[in-house]
Amino acid sequence: MPEILDRARARVLDDGAGLDESDILAVLRLPDEDLPDLLQLAHDVRMKWCGPEVEVEGIVSLKTGGCPEDCHFCSQSGLFASPVRSVWLDIPSLVEAAKQTAATGATEFCIVAAVRGPDKRLMDQMRAGVKAIKEAVDIQVAASLGMLSQEQVDELAAMGVHRYNHNLETCKSYFPSVVTTHSWEERWSTLTMVRESGMEVCCGGILGMGETLEQRAEFAAQLAELDPHEVPLNFLTPRPGTPFGDRPVVEGKDALRAIAAFRLALPRAILRYAGGREITLGDLGTREGLLGGINAMIVGNYLTTLGRPATADLELLADLKMPVKSLSATF
Amino acid sequence: MAYCDRCGEPGSHAACVAARELEPPRYCPDCRRRMKVQVVPTGWTATCVEHGERRG
Repeated sequence: MPEILDRARARVLDDGAGLDESDILAVLRLPDEDLPDLLQLAHDVRMKWCGPEVEVEGIVSLKTGGCPEDCHFCSQSGLFASPVRSVWLDIPSLVEAAKQTAATGATEFCIVAAVRGPDKRLMDQMRAGVKAIKEAVDIQVAASLGMLSQEQVDELAAMGVHRYNHNLETCKSYFPSVVTTHSWEERWSTLTMVRESGMEVCCGGILGMGETLEQRAEFAAQLAELDPHEVPLNFLTPRPGTPFGDRPVVEGKDALRAIAAFRLALPRAILRYAGGREITLGDLGTREGLLGGINAMIVGNYLTTLGRPATADLELLADLKMPVKSLSATF
Repeated sequence: MAYCDRCGEPGSHAACVAARELEPPRYCPDCRRRMKVQVVPTGWTATCVEHGERRG
């Protein structure tokens, strides 16, 4: 077995400490023949420090398209020739989406808006929407509304939003190649305010945007420094009309190596399958990732693209004897 | 279908048909107007101002 896996076993599995950046890079550079041992170690770490439960979440777009930012991966930017048009979801439809999500056994429902940050109209819609969901559905409400002011952080916490998603998307050194309309530091500032408010911090990103393995390791180390409750891992799905529309998808084994590396960097985090797994990993790879460090998933559709039916993922979890985390376990 | 509901160009395209397994339609297949599309966890609606709503 490679020396890096022995070192990871002692540091992460035995002691519960995450790997540092240089060791994360060594993991990302492991050859294919070491992948089964790597995945087994990442799975052992997940089982020891997180347990067998899998947190299931549904997401919905409250405000789609027309975003003023230029995130190069995103079909919702109003700056690119994307076919995605601007549309708002009404409150009854939002509540219905939350009910559909809860019916899958999911404990999390994340409301997302394609904005730089919320304006008064969006905050009003959130206030009404969160209230209506809490009156009708037994589910935890999370939100992802871009960059926040301190006042908005406080207001979302007061509404009962229990977790806030704001992805750093990639490492600090590569961020200017992905977004030019705002900075990595501005995103970090929002995350700091969210943490101080008492809301749980959800922060991850997208792999396969052209970053090097060194930058992938840098990103994992920076996430470990942030120490979020949840890390959603996306794999780039190239979207027509965006600057990254012609990028190749991440190769399956590279994706699995990355999943394991992020688990070894963040042994206690909720590590969630987010977008792109269907294309990058397929059914078999999805299973391998759940046996290689993943302990949460988004089920059903995404914001502008479609996922596997929730029933297919729930059957997979049952087959793997991984219980869906219950609502009582989230408090 | 006169137009591809993924790219809006005339006809049907194998690559678009494959991609549509994981994407909702974006263009009206009758008039190629861009549709207003709302994706929710268990489905989607796509509305053309001229030809109405489609669901999936």
